[in-house]
Amino acid sequence: MQSRSLELLVGFFVSLGIAAVFVLTFRVASLDSVGDSGSSYKITAKFENTGSLSRGASVKMSGVRIGRVRDIGIDPETFQAVVTMEIDGARNNIPNDSSLKILTAGLLGEQYVGVEAGGDPEPLKDGSEVLFTQSALVLENLIGQFLTSFTQKEPAAAKDAPKADAADPAAAPAAAP
Amino acid sequence: MSFLSPLTDSLRGLGRASLFLLTIIATIPGAFLRPRLIVQQLYSVGVLSLIIIVISGSFIGMVLALQGYRTLVNFGAASSLGVLVALSIVRELGPVVTALLFAGRAGSALAAEIGLMKATDQLSGMEMMAVDPIKRVIAPRFIAGLIAMPLLASIFSMMAIGVAGGHAIGVELLGVDDGSYWSQINQAMHGRDIADMLIKATVFGLAISWIAVYQGYHAAPTSEGVSRATTSTVVVSSLAILALDFVLTAFMFH
Amino acid sequence: MTIATADTLVRVRALRFAFGPRTIYDGIDLDIARGKVTAILGPSGTGKTTLLRLIGGQWKPDAGSIEFDGIDVHQQSRNALFALRKRMGLLFQSGALLTDLTVFENVAFPLREHTRLPESMIRDLVFMKLEAVGLRGAANLFPEQISGGMARRVALARAIALEPDMVMYDEPFTGQDPISMGVLIRLIRGLNQALGLTSVIVSHDVVEVLSISDYAYVVSGGKVLDHGTPEAIRASKSPLVQQFLNGEADGPVAFHYKSAKTYADDLMAARA
Repeated sequence: MQSRSLELLVGFFVSLGIAAVFVLTFRVASLDSVGDSGSSYKITAKFENTGSLSRGASVKMSGVRIGRVRDIGIDPETFQAVVTMEIDGARNNIPNDSSLKILTAGLLGEQYVGVEAGGDPEPLKDGSEVLFTQSALVLENLIGQFLTSFTQKEPAAAKDAPKADAADPAAAPAAAP
Repeated sequence: MSFLSPLTDSLRGLGRASLFLLTIIATIPGAFLRPRLIVQQLYSVGVLSLIIIVISGSFIGMVLALQGYRTLVNFGAASSLGVLVALSIVRELGPVVTALLFAGRAGSALAAEIGLMKATDQLSGMEMMAVDPIKRVIAPRFIAGLIAMPLLASIFSMMAIGVAGGHAIGVELLGVDDGSYWSQINQAMHGRDIADMLIKATVFGLAISWIAVYQGYHAAPTSEGVSRATTSTVVVSSLAILALDFVLTAFMFH
Repeated sequence: MTIATADTLVRVRALRFAFGPRTIYDGIDLDIARGKVTAILGPSGTGKTTLLRLIGGQWKPDAGSIEFDGIDVHQQSRNALFALRKRMGLLFQSGALLTDLTVFENVAFPLREHTRLPESMIRDLVFMKLEAVGLRGAANLFPEQISGGMARRVALARAIALEPDMVMYDEPFTGQDPISMGVLIRLIRGLNQALGLTSVIVSHDVVEVLSISDYAYVVSGGKVLDHGTPEAIRASKSPLVQQFLNGEADGPVAFHYKSAKTYADDLMAARA
């Protein structure tokens, strides 16, 4: 009798522990499939640059998660990144000409794939490739672009400067009264 | 030569403990032939540690959520609260705090029990009955500690992240969106993190069980010796956990 | 190696044993006769318990040999030693009962560990042994619920569970009231006669032990002082044996523990 209740308690403990491992792996970590419906389909897209997009990242449409990134690879011919995404089976009417963007959640957040719906009545199917994509914004490139445009504009700005000074006196009296 | 004696003493202790571990490992296959003994020990190291683990896990999750929220809200990143709680718990606090509690709760009890068995001649009585105390007493306790630690660490983490811990404070009290709490965790964490946690917990379990049974088995057979074995089990295990945690984390970060 | 004669079960020859600098045994010879009660008497601190642990093979002697039924205890592999130990029981002073098991399970312990007997047979055997020591009624109690004397009787039931050839008793009478002492004396003698059990009693309770033993050794200072039948021991000419038997405070064993300095020196040292 005593040993039976002991075995029961130990059994409870071990199953609770194993349940915790499963909860952590499937509920908390990203090993589960997308929706509760269970069914899902895969689409691919090529990007020039995926930034810090990683496996398991969300695929969102209008801010709502509809899937997740399954795999990121390289196209051996074009050297573009090939992103494979798994989309919730319930979202089976996404237009074929929709476009994908790699976006960042907030200033410091994780990167995700945003879907912008197109107008084609033909929906995306399993194995479809999305053709319209926009790469991740890479901060270094952005700063680089900003700097080059700044240096290009500098001579123009220098030429503009006297003109602005000249305009000032004219503007000042007008503002004074 | 005498100034070297602390060094040689500790080297001898380490050598003795290592040989002891090897002796235990050699008896482990035989110990699995008698699962009843292991189940009994799982009760005393696992089931009896459950309450302290569940309560501490919940409170640590709650505190982490409160503290994390205060910082994150300044960056407008309160929706990342789940990630903060989950990653800190699974990567660090889950296994480490569980191990520290386990050393205090189960390790000390293990050392005291074995020490008392030695002091009251129970171990030597077994030997005289031609029963190997390492096989009959030490190995089942060692194995139970090894099994219980990863389970307890998982339960701890589940409590800390989940409904009673970080989730309760973050979502119910501070108003972080339930969906984004979980989806952000989902995005940031991978099966790898869980596997690392289980590895850490198992290594800690091995260290604590080893230290506890060694201290108990080699305790001086007096009440003072038993109390010293109990204390040093907790002290040595705690230091070993923190040192091992550093080493393991360094390995897992590559 | 000498072959043990049929009537000698344990043969100790030129045994030397030391704990660090302290010599416990300095070359002693003992013969323990089969089927008899042999007493080993001596003052406290002469390492009588040590002798039992040496015979049981728990400790190794520095020199000399101990043979049990013609087998050198200290030349055996671990397995052979364990097989040998199944043939001897040791009754610890404390009883050494397993505190997490009931009295019944304590007695069943060696049976469960060493035999594959069905549960019903284990039950019968345990109750037979418990009946022999008069504690069948205490089968379901835990060791902390019974008195010290009862614990020793349970330990005795456990020691004879595997029906060994020999039982060694370590100070069986220490700290017992006269009634439980009487019970234990009756048990030791009774088991010896009923089962043909060889018994070794290590003790300093001279009167009780001499009353039940067939042969006695008096050990002190690492040597055997005298040996013989109880009558011969009582009539011993050795002053030390006489002091021990009669319980005199001073004699060959000095009342004062040996000191490096004289009494006067110690007193003067405090003044300085």
